[in-house]
Amino acid sequence: MKAQRLGAWIAIAIGAGYFIIPLLGTLEFSLRMRRGQYSFDAYESVFSDIQFRETFGYSMLMAFLTIVFGMLLVVPTAYWVRLRLPQVRPVVEFITLLPLVIPAIVIVFGYLRLYNSSSVLPLTGSTSGTNALLMFSYMTLSLPYMYRAVDTAMRAIDVRTLTEAAESLGAKWPTILFRCIFPNVMSGVLSGSFITFAIVMGEFTMAALLNRPAFGPYLQLVGANKAYEPSALAVIAFAITWLSMGLIQLVSRFQKSAPAKA
Amino acid sequence: MTMTTAIAAPRISKRAIIDWLGIAPFMIFALMFLIVPTLYLVTGAFLTPEGELTFKNIADLFTPSILSAYWISIRVSVASSLGGALIGFFLAWAIVLGGVPTWVRSGLLTFSGVASNFAGVPLAFAFLATLGRTGLVTVFLRDWFGFNLYSTGFNLLSFFGLTITYMYFQIPLMVLILTPALDGMKKEWREASEILGASHWQYWRMVALPILWPSLLGTTLLLFANAFGAIATAYALTGSSLNIVPILLYAQIRGDVLHNPNLGYALALGMIVITGISNILYIWLRMRAERWQK
Repeated sequence: MKAQRLGAWIAIAIGAGYFIIPLLGTLEFSLRMRRGQYSFDAYESVFSDIQFRETFGYSMLMAFLTIVFGMLLVVPTAYWVRLRLPQVRPVVEFITLLPLVIPAIVIVFGYLRLYNSSSVLPLTGSTSGTNALLMFSYMTLSLPYMYRAVDTAMRAIDVRTLTEAAESLGAKWPTILFRCIFPNVMSGVLSGSFITFAIVMGEFTMAALLNRPAFGPYLQLVGANKAYEPSALAVIAFAITWLSMGLIQLVSRFQKSAPAKA
Repeated sequence: MTMTTAIAAPRISKRAIIDWLGIAPFMIFALMFLIVPTLYLVTGAFLTPEGELTFKNIADLFTPSILSAYWISIRVSVASSLGGALIGFFLAWAIVLGGVPTWVRSGLLTFSGVASNFAGVPLAFAFLATLGRTGLVTVFLRDWFGFNLYSTGFNLLSFFGLTITYMYFQIPLMVLILTPALDGMKKEWREASEILGASHWQYWRMVALPILWPSLLGTTLLLFANAFGAIATAYALTGSSLNIVPILLYAQIRGDVLHNPNLGYALALGMIVITGISNILYIWLRMRAERWQK
Protein backbone atom coordinates (compact mmCIF):
# COMPACT_ATOMS: atom_id res chain seq x y z
CA MET A 1 0.00 0.00 0.00
CA LYS A 2 2.83 2.34 0.90
CA ALA A 3 4.68 1.54 -2.33
CA GLN A 4 1.48 2.22 -4.24
CA ARG A 5 1.08 5.65 -2.68
CA LEU A 6 4.72 6.45 -3.43
CA GLY A 7 4.20 5.40 -7.05
CA ALA A 8 1.11 7.60 -7.24
CA TRP A 9 3.05 10.61 -5.99
CA ILE A 10 5.87 9.93 -8.46
CA ALA A 11 3.31 9.83 -11.30
CA ILE A 12 1.73 13.07 -10.08
CA ALA A 13 5.15 14.71 -9.79
CA ILE A 14 6.13 13.74 -13.34
CA GLY A 15 2.77 14.87 -14.70
CA ALA A 16 2.86 18.14 -12.80
CA GLY A 17 6.40 18.79 -14.03
CA TYR A 18 5.37 18.13 -17.61
CA PHE A 19 2.40 20.46 -17.28
CA ILE A 20 3.95 23.28 -15.28
CA ILE A 21 7.50 23.62 -16.67
CA PRO A 22 6.38 24.77 -20.16
CA LEU A 23 4.07 27.32 -18.54
CA LEU A 24 6.89 28.60 -16.34
CA GLY A 25 9.18 28.64 -19.35
CA THR A 26 6.69 30.70 -21.32
CA LEU A 27 6.11 33.12 -18.48
CA GLU A 28 9.82 33.55 -17.83
CA PHE A 29 10.58 34.02 -21.53
CA SER A 30 7.84 36.62 -21.90
CA LEU A 31 9.47 38.71 -19.14
CA ARG A 32 12.97 38.55 -20.65
CA MET A 33 12.65 41.23 -23.32
CA ARG A 34 14.63 43.91 -21.51
CA ARG A 35 18.25 42.84 -21.25
CA GLY A 36 19.46 41.88 -17.78
CA GLN A 37 16.20 42.25 -15.89
CA TYR A 38 12.62 41.06 -15.95
CA SER A 39 10.05 43.46 -17.36
CA PHE A 40 6.62 43.59 -18.93
CA ASP A 41 8.04 45.11 -22.12
CA ALA A 42 6.83 42.21 -24.28
CA TYR A 43 3.28 42.67 -22.99
CA GLU A 44 3.44 46.40 -23.58
CA SER A 45 4.67 45.76 -27.09
CA VAL A 46 1.79 43.32 -27.68
CA PHE A 47 -0.92 45.56 -26.29
CA SER A 48 0.30 48.60 -28.20
CA ASP A 49 0.28 46.67 -31.47
CA ILE A 50 -2.73 47.86 -33.42
CA GLN A 51 -2.93 44.54 -35.24
CA PHE A 52 -3.28 42.77 -31.92
CA ARG A 53 -6.30 44.87 -31.05
CA GLU A 54 -7.85 44.49 -34.47
CA THR A 55 -7.44 40.73 -34.76
CA PHE A 56 -8.44 40.18 -31.14
CA GLY A 57 -11.58 42.24 -31.66
CA TYR A 58 -12.35 40.44 -34.91
CA SER A 59 -12.08 37.02 -33.24
CA MET A 60 -14.16 38.20 -30.26
CA LEU A 61 -16.89 39.34 -32.64
CA MET A 62 -16.66 36.05 -34.56
CA ALA A 63 -16.90 34.07 -31.33
CA PHE A 64 -19.97 36.06 -30.29
CA LEU A 65 -21.72 35.54 -33.63
CA THR A 66 -20.78 31.85 -33.67
CA ILE A 67 -22.28 31.40 -30.22
CA VAL A 68 -25.52 33.23 -31.06
CA PHE A 69 -26.15 31.47 -34.37
CA GLY A 70 -24.84 28.15 -33.07
CA MET A 71 -27.26 28.19 -30.17
CA LEU A 72 -30.15 29.25 -32.42
CA LEU A 73 -29.37 26.15 -34.46
CA VAL A 74 -28.51 23.66 -31.72
CA VAL A 75 -31.10 24.36 -29.00
CA PRO A 76 -34.24 24.05 -31.18
CA THR A 77 -32.77 20.96 -32.87
CA ALA A 78 -31.91 19.22 -29.61
CA TYR A 79 -35.35 20.17 -28.25
CA TRP A 80 -37.17 18.93 -31.31
CA VAL A 81 -35.26 15.65 -31.40
CA ARG A 82 -36.09 14.97 -27.76
CA LEU A 83 -39.75 15.92 -28.15
CA ARG A 84 -40.79 14.69 -31.56
CA LEU A 85 -38.10 12.66 -33.27
CA PRO A 86 -36.37 10.40 -30.76
CA GLN A 87 -35.84 7.90 -33.57
CA VAL A 88 -33.37 10.20 -35.40
CA ARG A 89 -31.34 10.85 -32.26
CA PRO A 90 -28.50 8.49 -33.25
CA VAL A 91 -28.28 10.13 -36.69
CA VAL A 92 -28.17 13.66 -35.28
CA GLU A 93 -25.65 12.66 -32.65
CA PHE A 94 -23.50 11.01 -35.28
CA ILE A 95 -23.56 14.17 -37.42
CA THR A 96 -22.61 16.35 -34.44
CA LEU A 97 -19.58 14.11 -33.84
CA LEU A 98 -18.37 14.27 -37.45
CA PRO A 99 -16.34 17.48 -36.97
CA LEU A 100 -14.18 15.52 -34.53
CA VAL A 101 -13.60 12.83 -37.16
CA ILE A 102 -13.02 14.96 -40.25
CA PRO A 103 -9.93 17.17 -39.76
CA ALA A 104 -10.65 20.91 -39.87
CA ILE A 105 -8.21 21.39 -42.73
CA VAL A 106 -10.19 18.93 -44.86
CA ILE A 107 -13.49 20.70 -44.13
CA VAL A 108 -12.11 24.10 -45.07
CA PHE A 109 -10.53 22.61 -48.20
CA GLY A 110 -14.02 21.48 -49.20
CA TYR A 111 -15.42 24.98 -48.57
CA LEU A 112 -12.76 26.59 -50.75
CA ARG A 113 -13.62 24.30 -53.65
CA LEU A 114 -17.40 24.33 -53.16
CA TYR A 115 -17.96 28.03 -52.44
CA ASN A 116 -15.29 29.65 -54.64
CA SER A 117 -16.09 32.68 -56.76
CA SER A 118 -17.04 30.64 -59.82
CA SER A 119 -19.48 28.35 -58.01
CA VAL A 120 -23.26 28.48 -57.55
CA LEU A 121 -22.90 30.01 -54.10
CA PRO A 122 -19.78 32.22 -54.35
CA LEU A 123 -19.31 32.88 -50.64
CA THR A 124 -15.55 33.42 -50.89
CA GLY A 125 -16.09 36.01 -53.63
CA SER A 126 -16.85 38.81 -51.17
CA THR A 127 -15.56 39.85 -47.75
CA SER A 128 -18.93 39.56 -46.03
CA GLY A 129 -19.49 36.18 -47.69
CA THR A 130 -16.12 34.93 -46.46
CA ASN A 131 -16.86 36.23 -42.97
CA ALA A 132 -20.15 34.33 -43.02
CA LEU A 133 -18.37 31.21 -44.24
CA LEU A 134 -15.80 31.53 -41.45
CA MET A 135 -18.63 31.81 -38.93
CA PHE A 136 -20.30 28.71 -40.35
CA SER A 137 -16.97 26.88 -40.16
CA TYR A 138 -16.66 27.84 -36.48
CA MET A 139 -20.21 26.67 -35.89
CA THR A 140 -19.23 23.35 -37.46
CA LEU A 141 -16.10 23.06 -35.30
CA SER A 142 -18.00 23.79 -32.09
CA LEU A 143 -21.00 21.61 -32.98
CA PRO A 144 -19.83 18.52 -31.02
CA TYR A 145 -19.30 20.55 -27.83
CA MET A 146 -22.38 22.77 -28.16
CA TYR A 147 -24.73 19.89 -28.94
CA ARG A 148 -23.49 17.72 -26.11
CA ALA A 149 -23.61 20.56 -23.57
CA VAL A 150 -27.18 21.50 -24.54
CA ASP A 151 -28.38 17.92 -24.81
CA THR A 152 -26.98 17.08 -21.36
CA ALA A 153 -28.78 20.08 -19.87
CA MET A 154 -31.98 19.04 -21.64
CA ARG A 155 -31.78 15.55 -20.18
CA ALA A 156 -32.18 17.08 -16.72
CA ILE A 157 -35.51 18.75 -17.52
CA ASP A 158 -38.77 17.12 -18.61
CA VAL A 159 -39.12 18.64 -22.07
CA ARG A 160 -42.50 17.04 -22.77
CA THR A 161 -44.20 18.16 -19.57
CA LEU A 162 -42.77 21.67 -19.87
CA THR A 163 -44.05 21.92 -23.43
CA GLU A 164 -47.50 20.61 -22.56
CA ALA A 165 -47.76 22.93 -19.59
CA ALA A 166 -46.80 25.91 -21.72
CA GLU A 167 -49.19 24.86 -24.48
CA SER A 168 -52.12 24.47 -22.12
CA LEU A 169 -51.43 27.97 -20.83
CA GLY A 170 -51.77 29.18 -24.42
CA ALA A 171 -48.13 29.72 -25.31
CA LYS A 172 -47.12 29.74 -28.98
CA TRP A 173 -43.97 28.05 -30.30
CA PRO A 174 -41.63 31.06 -30.03
CA THR A 175 -42.75 31.61 -26.44
CA ILE A 176 -42.23 27.95 -25.54
CA LEU A 177 -38.79 27.91 -27.11
CA PHE A 178 -37.40 31.23 -25.90
CA ARG A 179 -39.14 31.74 -22.58
CA CYS A 180 -39.50 28.16 -21.45
CA ILE A 181 -36.85 25.89 -22.98
CA PHE A 182 -33.91 28.31 -23.38
CA PRO A 183 -33.89 29.51 -19.75
CA ASN A 184 -34.09 25.94 -18.51
CA VAL A 185 -31.06 24.79 -20.47
CA MET A 186 -29.10 27.97 -19.76
CA SER A 187 -26.30 26.06 -17.99
CA GLY A 188 -25.75 23.95 -21.11
CA VAL A 189 -25.96 27.00 -23.35
CA LEU A 190 -23.35 28.78 -21.23
CA SER A 191 -20.94 25.81 -21.04
CA GLY A 192 -21.22 25.34 -24.79
CA SER A 193 -20.66 29.07 -25.30
CA PHE A 194 -17.49 29.23 -23.21
CA ILE A 195 -15.88 26.26 -24.92
CA THR A 196 -16.86 27.74 -28.30
CA PHE A 197 -15.26 31.00 -27.23
CA ALA A 198 -12.02 29.21 -26.36
CA ILE A 199 -12.03 27.31 -29.66
CA VAL A 200 -12.72 30.36 -31.84
CA MET A 201 -10.16 32.60 -30.13
CA GLY A 202 -7.29 30.20 -30.82
CA GLU A 203 -8.40 28.75 -34.15
CA PHE A 204 -5.80 28.98 -36.90
CA THR A 205 -6.50 26.71 -39.87
CA MET A 206 -9.91 27.98 -40.98
CA ALA A 207 -9.10 31.67 -40.65
CA ALA A 208 -5.68 31.33 -42.31
CA LEU A 209 -7.00 29.44 -45.32
CA LEU A 210 -10.02 31.75 -45.69
CA ASN A 211 -7.62 34.72 -45.40
CA ARG A 212 -9.46 36.49 -42.61
CA PRO A 213 -7.64 38.74 -40.08
CA ALA A 214 -8.35 36.58 -37.02
CA PHE A 215 -6.33 36.15 -33.83
CA GLY A 216 -4.97 32.69 -34.70
CA PRO A 217 -3.20 33.70 -37.93
CA TYR A 218 -1.94 36.84 -36.17
CA LEU A 219 -0.35 34.65 -33.48
CA GLN A 220 1.37 32.59 -36.15
CA LEU A 221 2.62 35.74 -37.89
CA VAL A 222 4.06 37.17 -34.68
CA GLY A 223 5.65 33.79 -33.92
CA ALA A 224 7.44 33.80 -37.24
CA ASN A 225 8.78 37.37 -36.87
CA LYS A 226 9.34 38.28 -33.22
CA ALA A 227 11.23 36.82 -30.28
CA TYR A 228 9.55 37.65 -26.97
CA GLU A 229 6.06 38.72 -27.99
CA PRO A 230 4.97 35.14 -28.86
CA SER A 231 5.52 34.06 -25.26
CA ALA A 232 3.50 37.00 -23.97
CA LEU A 233 0.74 36.06 -26.42
CA ALA A 234 0.89 32.41 -25.32
CA VAL A 235 0.44 33.53 -21.70
CA ILE A 236 -2.56 35.63 -22.76
CA ALA A 237 -4.03 32.75 -24.79
CA PHE A 238 -3.58 30.38 -21.87
CA ALA A 239 -5.32 32.87 -19.59
CA ILE A 240 -8.26 33.00 -22.02
CA THR A 241 -8.52 29.21 -22.02
CA TRP A 242 -8.35 29.12 -18.21
CA LEU A 243 -11.04 31.79 -17.99
CA SER A 244 -13.38 29.90 -20.33
CA MET A 245 -12.90 26.56 -18.55
CA GLY A 246 -13.17 28.19 -15.13
CA LEU A 247 -16.50 29.73 -16.12
CA ILE A 248 -17.73 26.32 -17.31
CA GLN A 249 -16.89 24.81 -13.91
CA LEU A 250 -18.67 27.67 -12.20
CA VAL A 251 -21.76 27.22 -14.36
CA SER A 252 -21.91 23.45 -13.84
CA ARG A 253 -21.59 23.92 -10.09
CA PHE A 254 -24.41 26.44 -10.25
CA GLN A 255 -26.49 23.95 -12.21
CA LYS A 256 -26.00 21.23 -9.62
CA SER A 257 -27.28 23.45 -6.83
CA ALA A 258 -30.18 24.83 -8.89
CA PRO A 259 -32.71 21.98 -8.52
CA ALA A 260 -32.55 22.24 -4.72
CA LYS A 261 -33.68 25.84 -4.95
CA ALA A 262 -36.56 25.01 -7.31
CA MET B 1 -58.59 -1.97 -38.02
CA THR B 2 -58.10 -1.05 -41.65
CA MET B 3 -60.57 1.81 -41.30
CA THR B 4 -58.75 3.41 -38.37
CA THR B 5 -55.42 3.31 -40.14
CA ALA B 6 -57.01 4.76 -43.26
CA ILE B 7 -58.35 7.68 -41.25
CA ALA B 8 -55.24 8.06 -39.16
CA ALA B 9 -52.77 7.85 -42.02
CA PRO B 10 -53.13 11.39 -43.45
CA ARG B 11 -52.98 12.94 -39.99
CA ILE B 12 -49.85 11.01 -39.12
CA SER B 13 -48.15 11.97 -42.34
CA LYS B 14 -49.00 15.65 -41.87
CA ARG B 15 -47.61 15.50 -38.38
CA ALA B 16 -44.59 13.64 -39.68
CA ILE B 17 -43.90 16.41 -42.20
CA ILE B 18 -43.97 19.02 -39.42
CA ASP B 19 -41.75 16.78 -37.31
CA TRP B 20 -39.16 16.52 -40.05
CA LEU B 21 -39.39 20.23 -40.85
CA GLY B 22 -38.31 20.89 -37.27
CA ILE B 23 -34.84 19.51 -37.86
CA ALA B 24 -34.60 20.78 -41.43
CA PRO B 25 -32.40 23.80 -40.52
CA PHE B 26 -29.94 21.51 -38.78
CA MET B 27 -29.92 19.02 -41.64
CA ILE B 28 -29.46 21.76 -44.24
CA PHE B 29 -26.60 23.24 -42.20
CA ALA B 30 -24.94 19.85 -41.80
CA LEU B 31 -25.29 19.10 -45.52
CA MET B 32 -23.98 22.49 -46.64
CA PHE B 33 -21.08 22.93 -44.28
CA LEU B 34 -20.05 19.44 -43.32
CA ILE B 35 -21.25 16.63 -45.52
CA VAL B 36 -21.32 18.03 -49.06
CA PRO B 37 -17.88 19.74 -48.80
CA THR B 38 -16.40 16.47 -47.57
CA LEU B 39 -18.15 14.37 -50.23
CA TYR B 40 -16.98 16.85 -52.87
CA LEU B 41 -13.36 16.12 -51.94
CA VAL B 42 -13.98 12.39 -51.68
CA THR B 43 -15.50 12.19 -55.17
CA GLY B 44 -12.86 14.58 -56.51
CA ALA B 45 -10.22 12.09 -55.42
CA PHE B 46 -11.59 9.61 -57.97
CA LEU B 47 -11.83 12.06 -60.88
CA THR B 48 -9.41 13.49 -63.40
CA PRO B 49 -9.33 17.31 -63.76
CA GLU B 50 -11.57 16.74 -66.81
CA GLY B 51 -14.13 14.92 -64.66
CA GLU B 52 -13.56 11.31 -65.71
CA LEU B 53 -13.39 8.41 -63.31
CA THR B 54 -9.85 7.40 -62.39
CA PHE B 55 -7.86 5.66 -59.69
CA LYS B 56 -4.64 7.38 -60.68
CA ASN B 57 -4.91 9.97 -57.86
CA ILE B 58 -5.11 7.23 -55.26
CA ALA B 59 -2.21 5.40 -56.91
CA ASP B 60 -0.20 8.64 -56.95
CA LEU B 61 -0.46 8.82 -53.17
CA PHE B 62 2.02 5.97 -53.11
CA THR B 63 4.86 8.08 -54.43
CA PRO B 64 7.86 8.49 -52.11
CA SER B 65 7.32 12.15 -51.13
CA ILE B 66 3.64 11.71 -50.18
CA LEU B 67 4.25 8.33 -48.55
CA SER B 68 6.99 9.86 -46.41
CA ALA B 69 4.59 12.62 -45.31
CA TYR B 70 2.03 10.01 -44.25
CA TRP B 71 4.74 7.96 -42.61
CA ILE B 72 6.06 10.82 -40.47
CA SER B 73 2.50 11.88 -39.58
CA ILE B 74 1.65 8.35 -38.50
CA ARG B 75 4.88 8.08 -36.49
CA VAL B 76 4.29 11.37 -34.66
CA SER B 77 0.66 10.43 -34.00
CA VAL B 78 1.51 6.92 -32.78
CA ALA B 79 4.37 8.12 -30.57
CA SER B 80 2.42 11.00 -29.03
CA SER B 81 -0.71 8.88 -28.50
CA LEU B 82 1.24 6.01 -26.89
CA GLY B 83 3.26 8.41 -24.74
CA GLY B 84 0.16 10.37 -23.83
CA ALA B 85 -1.79 7.20 -23.08
CA LEU B 86 0.97 5.78 -20.87
CA ILE B 87 1.55 8.89 -18.77
CA GLY B 88 -2.16 9.69 -18.77
CA PHE B 89 -2.97 6.21 -17.53
CA PHE B 90 -0.54 6.45 -14.63
CA LEU B 91 -1.88 9.88 -13.70
CA ALA B 92 -5.48 8.63 -13.80
CA TRP B 93 -4.45 5.58 -11.80
CA ALA B 94 -2.68 7.79 -9.26
CA ILE B 95 -5.72 9.99 -8.62
CA VAL B 96 -8.26 7.16 -8.57
CA LEU B 97 -6.44 4.29 -6.85
CA GLY B 98 -3.20 5.80 -5.59
CA GLY B 99 -4.62 7.22 -2.37
CA VAL B 100 -3.63 10.84 -3.01
CA PRO B 101 -5.66 13.64 -1.37
CA THR B 102 -8.82 14.78 -3.15
CA TRP B 103 -7.46 18.25 -3.88
CA VAL B 104 -4.82 16.64 -6.10
CA ARG B 105 -7.57 14.82 -7.96
CA SER B 106 -9.80 17.85 -8.51
CA GLY B 107 -6.77 20.01 -9.32
CA LEU B 108 -5.49 17.59 -11.94
CA LEU B 109 -8.93 17.12 -13.51
CA THR B 110 -9.52 20.87 -13.74
CA PHE B 111 -6.08 21.42 -15.19
CA SER B 112 -6.64 18.60 -17.70
CA GLY B 113 -9.84 20.28 -18.86
CA VAL B 114 -7.87 23.41 -19.60
CA ALA B 115 -4.72 21.82 -21.03
CA SER B 116 -6.60 19.48 -23.39
CA ASN B 117 -8.02 22.64 -24.97
CA PHE B 118 -4.71 24.48 -24.95
CA ALA B 119 -3.45 23.50 -28.37
CA GLY B 120 -2.71 25.29 -31.58
CA VAL B 121 -0.26 28.12 -32.09
CA PRO B 122 0.23 29.20 -28.42
CA LEU B 123 1.26 25.67 -27.46
CA ALA B 124 4.07 25.84 -29.98
CA PHE B 125 5.20 29.16 -28.44
CA ALA B 126 5.17 27.62 -24.98
CA PHE B 127 7.47 24.78 -26.04
CA LEU B 128 9.77 27.09 -27.97
CA ALA B 129 10.14 29.20 -24.83
CA THR B 130 10.88 26.06 -22.81
CA LEU B 131 12.95 23.77 -25.01
CA GLY B 132 13.99 26.09 -27.82
CA ARG B 133 17.59 27.15 -28.23
CA THR B 134 17.24 29.89 -25.60
CA GLY B 135 14.36 28.27 -23.72
CA LEU B 136 14.13 27.96 -19.96
CA VAL B 137 15.08 24.30 -19.68
CA THR B 138 17.82 24.54 -22.32
CA VAL B 139 19.42 27.53 -20.58
CA PHE B 140 18.97 25.95 -17.14
CA LEU B 141 20.73 22.76 -18.21
CA ARG B 142 23.54 24.75 -19.83
CA ASP B 143 24.15 27.19 -16.94
CA TRP B 144 23.78 24.80 -14.03
CA PHE B 145 25.00 21.49 -15.37
CA GLY B 146 27.13 22.58 -18.33
CA PHE B 147 24.96 20.30 -20.45
CA ASN B 148 24.22 21.47 -23.96
CA LEU B 149 20.90 19.91 -24.97
CA TYR B 150 21.31 20.83 -28.61
CA SER B 151 24.72 19.16 -28.87
CA THR B 152 23.03 15.80 -28.29
CA GLY B 153 21.24 16.15 -31.61
CA PHE B 154 18.04 17.21 -29.90
CA ASN B 155 15.95 19.60 -31.95
CA LEU B 156 12.51 20.87 -31.06
CA LEU B 157 11.72 21.28 -34.74
CA SER B 158 11.82 17.55 -35.36
CA PHE B 159 9.89 14.33 -34.98
CA PHE B 160 10.83 14.04 -31.33
CA GLY B 161 10.15 17.70 -30.56
CA LEU B 162 6.72 17.60 -32.17
CA THR B 163 5.89 14.40 -30.29
CA ILE B 164 6.61 15.81 -26.84
CA THR B 165 4.75 19.01 -27.75
CA TYR B 166 1.66 17.06 -28.83
CA MET B 167 1.79 15.06 -25.60
CA TYR B 168 0.95 18.27 -23.76
CA PHE B 169 -2.67 18.00 -24.92
CA GLN B 170 -2.70 14.20 -25.29
CA ILE B 171 -1.94 13.41 -21.64
CA PRO B 172 -4.80 15.56 -20.23
CA LEU B 173 -7.25 14.08 -22.74
CA MET B 174 -6.29 10.58 -21.63
CA VAL B 175 -6.71 11.57 -17.97
CA LEU B 176 -10.17 13.03 -18.66
CA ILE B 177 -11.45 9.96 -20.50
CA LEU B 178 -9.79 7.29 -18.40
CA THR B 179 -10.61 8.60 -14.92
CA PRO B 180 -14.32 7.68 -15.19
CA ALA B 181 -13.34 4.22 -16.51
CA LEU B 182 -11.08 3.64 -13.49
CA ASP B 183 -13.78 5.01 -11.19
CA GLY B 184 -16.05 2.33 -12.61
CA MET B 185 -13.80 -0.50 -11.40
CA LYS B 186 -15.73 -2.09 -8.57
CA LYS B 187 -14.07 -2.64 -5.21
CA GLU B 188 -15.77 -6.05 -5.04
CA TRP B 189 -13.70 -7.33 -7.98
CA ARG B 190 -10.49 -6.62 -6.14
CA GLU B 191 -11.81 -8.08 -2.87
CA ALA B 192 -13.09 -11.18 -4.63
CA SER B 193 -9.74 -11.78 -6.30
CA GLU B 194 -7.89 -11.24 -3.03
CA ILE B 195 -10.14 -13.76 -1.23
CA LEU B 196 -9.41 -16.25 -3.99
CA GLY B 197 -5.71 -15.73 -3.26
CA ALA B 198 -4.70 -13.61 -6.23
CA SER B 199 -1.61 -11.45 -5.94
CA HIS B 200 -1.59 -7.76 -6.78
CA TRP B 201 -0.04 -8.54 -10.17
CA GLN B 202 -2.51 -11.34 -10.92
CA TYR B 203 -5.43 -9.02 -10.14
CA TRP B 204 -4.17 -6.46 -12.67
CA ARG B 205 -3.27 -9.02 -15.32
CA MET B 206 -6.35 -11.24 -15.09
CA VAL B 207 -9.13 -8.90 -13.87
CA ALA B 208 -8.38 -5.21 -14.23
CA LEU B 209 -6.59 -5.08 -17.57
CA PRO B 210 -9.03 -7.35 -19.43
CA ILE B 211 -11.82 -4.99 -18.31
CA LEU B 212 -9.85 -1.83 -19.03
CA TRP B 213 -8.22 -2.71 -22.34
CA PRO B 214 -11.11 -1.53 -24.55
CA SER B 215 -11.02 1.86 -22.80
CA LEU B 216 -7.23 2.01 -22.99
CA LEU B 217 -6.96 1.01 -26.63
CA GLY B 218 -10.00 3.05 -27.65
CA THR B 219 -8.71 6.21 -26.03
CA THR B 220 -5.27 5.68 -27.54
CA LEU B 221 -6.92 5.53 -30.97
CA LEU B 222 -8.80 8.74 -30.20
CA LEU B 223 -5.52 10.41 -29.27
CA PHE B 224 -4.00 9.10 -32.49
CA ALA B 225 -6.75 10.69 -34.61
CA ASN B 226 -6.49 13.85 -32.54
CA ALA B 227 -2.79 14.21 -33.33
CA PHE B 228 -3.13 13.14 -36.96
CA GLY B 229 -5.51 15.96 -37.89
CA ALA B 230 -3.72 18.71 -35.93
CA ILE B 231 -1.87 21.32 -37.92
CA ALA B 232 -1.63 24.67 -36.12
CA THR B 233 0.92 23.56 -33.51
CA ALA B 234 3.15 21.88 -36.05
CA TYR B 235 2.94 24.79 -38.47
CA ALA B 236 3.81 27.37 -35.83
CA LEU B 237 6.59 25.17 -34.44
CA THR B 238 8.33 24.00 -37.57
CA GLY B 239 7.02 26.20 -40.37
CA SER B 240 7.04 23.85 -43.31
CA SER B 241 10.32 22.13 -42.42
CA LEU B 242 8.63 19.01 -41.03
CA ASN B 243 6.63 17.49 -43.84
CA ILE B 244 3.59 15.99 -42.09
CA VAL B 245 0.38 15.37 -44.06
CA PRO B 246 -1.68 18.32 -42.74
CA ILE B 247 1.17 20.70 -43.58
CA LEU B 248 1.54 19.20 -47.05
CA LEU B 249 -2.23 19.61 -47.54
CA TYR B 250 -2.01 23.18 -46.27
CA ALA B 251 0.69 23.96 -48.84
CA GLN B 252 -1.36 22.21 -51.52
CA ILE B 253 -4.45 24.32 -50.72
CA ARG B 254 -2.37 27.49 -50.68
CA GLY B 255 -0.52 26.93 -53.92
CA ASP B 256 -1.09 23.53 -55.58
CA VAL B 257 2.43 22.29 -54.76
CA LEU B 258 1.53 18.84 -56.11
CA HIS B 259 0.57 20.36 -59.50
CA ASN B 260 -2.64 18.33 -59.56
CA PRO B 261 -5.74 19.56 -57.70
CA ASN B 262 -7.31 16.12 -57.71
CA LEU B 263 -4.23 14.63 -56.06
CA GLY B 264 -4.90 17.16 -53.28
CA TYR B 265 -8.39 15.66 -52.90
CA ALA B 266 -6.85 12.22 -52.65
CA LEU B 267 -4.51 13.51 -49.93
CA ALA B 268 -7.55 14.78 -48.00
CA LEU B 269 -9.34 11.47 -48.56
CA GLY B 270 -6.37 9.63 -47.09
CA MET B 271 -6.63 11.79 -43.94
CA ILE B 272 -10.37 11.14 -43.62
CA VAL B 273 -9.84 7.39 -44.04
CA ILE B 274 -7.17 7.26 -41.32
CA THR B 275 -9.00 9.44 -38.77
CA GLY B 276 -12.29 7.76 -39.70
CA ILE B 277 -11.02 4.23 -39.10
CA SER B 278 -9.46 5.14 -35.76
CA ASN B 279 -12.68 6.87 -34.64
CA ILE B 280 -14.91 3.96 -35.69
CA LEU B 281 -12.65 1.57 -33.77
CA TYR B 282 -12.76 3.96 -30.81
CA ILE B 283 -16.59 4.02 -30.79
CA TRP B 284 -16.75 0.23 -31.12
CA LEU B 285 -14.26 -0.26 -28.27
CA ARG B 286 -16.11 2.25 -26.11
CA MET B 287 -19.33 0.29 -26.55
CA ARG B 288 -17.46 -2.82 -25.43
CA ALA B 289 -16.04 -0.95 -22.44
CA GLU B 290 -19.46 0.29 -21.36
CA ARG B 291 -20.68 -3.27 -20.84
CA TRP B 292 -18.82 -3.24 -17.54
CA GLN B 293 -19.93 0.17 -16.43
CA LYS B 294 -23.59 -0.61 -15.88
